[in-house]
Amino acid sequence: MNLARYALRRLLLIVPVLVGVSLLTFALSRVVPGDPARLAAGAQATPEMYEQIRREFGLDDPLPVQYWTYVSGLVRGDWGDSILSRRPVAADLRLYWPATLELVLVAMTIAVAVGVPLGVLSAIRADRPTDQVSRLVSLLGVSMPAFWLALLLQIFFGLRLGWLPVSGRLDPMLGAPSGGTGLVLVDAALAGNWAMVRDALAHVVLPALTLSFPALATIARFTRASLLEVLGNDYVRTARAKGLVERRVIFGHGLRNAFIPTLTMIGLSFGWAMGGSVLVETVYDWPGIGLYATRSALTLDFMPIMGIALLYGVVFSLINIAVDVAYGVLDPRVSHA
Amino acid sequence: MSAVGVDQRPSPALGPGRLGRRFRPSEQARRAARRFRQSPLSVVGLAIIVAVAAIALVGPFLVPYPDDASGALNIREKLNGPSWAHPFGTDHVGRDVFTRVVVGARASLLAGVVVIALALAVGTLLGAVAGYFGGWVGDAIMRVTDIFLTIPDLILALAFAAALGPGLLNVMIAVSLVWWPGYCRLARANVVALRDEQFAEAARSLGGGRARVLFRHVLPNAFPTILVKASMDVGFAILTTAALGFIGLGTQPPTPDWGVMVSDGRKYLREAWWYSTFPGLAILLTVVGFNLLGDGLRDVLDPRARRRG
Repeated sequence: MNLARYALRRLLLIVPVLVGVSLLTFALSRVVPGDPARLAAGAQATPEMYEQIRREFGLDDPLPVQYWTYVSGLVRGDWGDSILSRRPVAADLRLYWPATLELVLVAMTIAVAVGVPLGVLSAIRADRPTDQVSRLVSLLGVSMPAFWLALLLQIFFGLRLGWLPVSGRLDPMLGAPSGGTGLVLVDAALAGNWAMVRDALAHVVLPALTLSFPALATIARFTRASLLEVLGNDYVRTARAKGLVERRVIFGHGLRNAFIPTLTMIGLSFGWAMGGSVLVETVYDWPGIGLYATRSALTLDFMPIMGIALLYGVVFSLINIAVDVAYGVLDPRVSHA
Repeated sequence: MSAVGVDQRPSPALGPGRLGRRFRPSEQARRAARRFRQSPLSVVGLAIIVAVAAIALVGPFLVPYPDDASGALNIREKLNGPSWAHPFGTDHVGRDVFTRVVVGARASLLAGVVVIALALAVGTLLGAVAGYFGGWVGDAIMRVTDIFLTIPDLILALAFAAALGPGLLNVMIAVSLVWWPGYCRLARANVVALRDEQFAEAARSLGGGRARVLFRHVLPNAFPTILVKASMDVGFAILTTAALGFIGLGTQPPTPDWGVMVSDGRKYLREAWWYSTFPGLAILLTVVGFNLLGDGLRDVLDPRARRRG
């Protein structure tokens, strides 16, 4: 199967990129001001103790040796330890990742479910009031500081109206969900615990809306542009000429082709949403990777940041591959030979 | 560097002919200005940017409470709502939020412009070299951009900013380190498209050295699209630096910074909505301005990419 071979080749090509990313994070960790050995040794350390810690950390080794130690550790699953949580970074990432994944998935679902129809509406009513409103929404979406929007939503829906909780992922009174996925919504639904599903939904609404807004705006803008372009094509005129109802023209002929470039944008938005989760999680106290990243950055706890950069590098690469493979499925003209 | 004024004189030996691709300033400029004025939104964008720039330049000398821009304390007036005396209210130590928003314009605008200028300079240079000379050097440069583009912007910026330490200058460096690959790719694509054009061939056949042809002939023609990207990116750079300020890695107190102010106001959401709202509004307005301006400039400078409808 051609597509499977293509996907496999792309997966293998991640390896050199990851080597590059690990070189980058390694280089970064060497410019950190403040000597990690000094930090670990504490202020009262004698010069001998300090020297010993330097040797233990391998900081006396030549750089290539240090890099090798770092990378072979990564491969074995040793991503270093967090100074702050005093736990292995890999364990922390496993703990926090499901929360971020859940948030990003909900946000991207909103972004696609609203953004694509908005873009279509905008394109078929081009330059009419609907289009103007949708373009204004797009403009605001890409220009709005996410952390500020988060605060406005908190003030309005949380504090003024009191409709929705403004922080956290779940009411602690409900206990922790049991289940394997780590996604509270999924685990609670599988367990048939609807009270928990409702509570989790209430918690995720505001953060997910905030996170979805820039993605929604970009997707709408892109759908509009590519649909307008497609609708100008000869085959669309042919479809109209042969008497198809407008709905079939727009969805069957227009959107089907316009969606392919939009798909790239959705893939990219996924990456931005992962980045944006840093801000959104910080404001809403959402216990995910983003909050972990902020806390680590502020305390100069560097191993977690390197771990997050690596993890996100892997995830983002996988998303891009998925998008490229989806291209092949949606558009028979794309050749993956 | 003026907009498109990067040596646009046609070489005397070449004449116009097929070389119409090069700009002839007067006619070009007039047409561009007309096209720009036709889109009211771009004019609004330009007006916003001019206003913000004016505020950044002279605002600090005109604000009602100049002392509030530094570490002044005025506890008795803390967290007062908007009034005639304090149109944007006061903050948790009684400083005038309006004054601090106005004074903060300078840092935000400066950050946006410096970040993009750095990213543009580094990225364009590397991209031009990669595109014009190709070979393993070009490949190596492009592989490095791949690596940078693999990690989401904000995470990479956070990592750089944390590594460099807090402070506005370090944040600016961190964000430009994240953004140069975009310019590198764009410059490379443009240079690859232009390097075999007739005007470049002509310049080479007249004995122009490789560097000369690249920097005097090819790159200036690649510049308009790069400039369009830059004009939009300034807004996003302001967003990113504000975000890092909000997290706590940017400007250190007491210097006013929009991102930091939004963050400070967060602790008083319940009793003082104005504290976070107005600095955030300033960020939003400035970024909207740059986006509108960028859209307008794209229509003018990069007609091939003009939006439909």
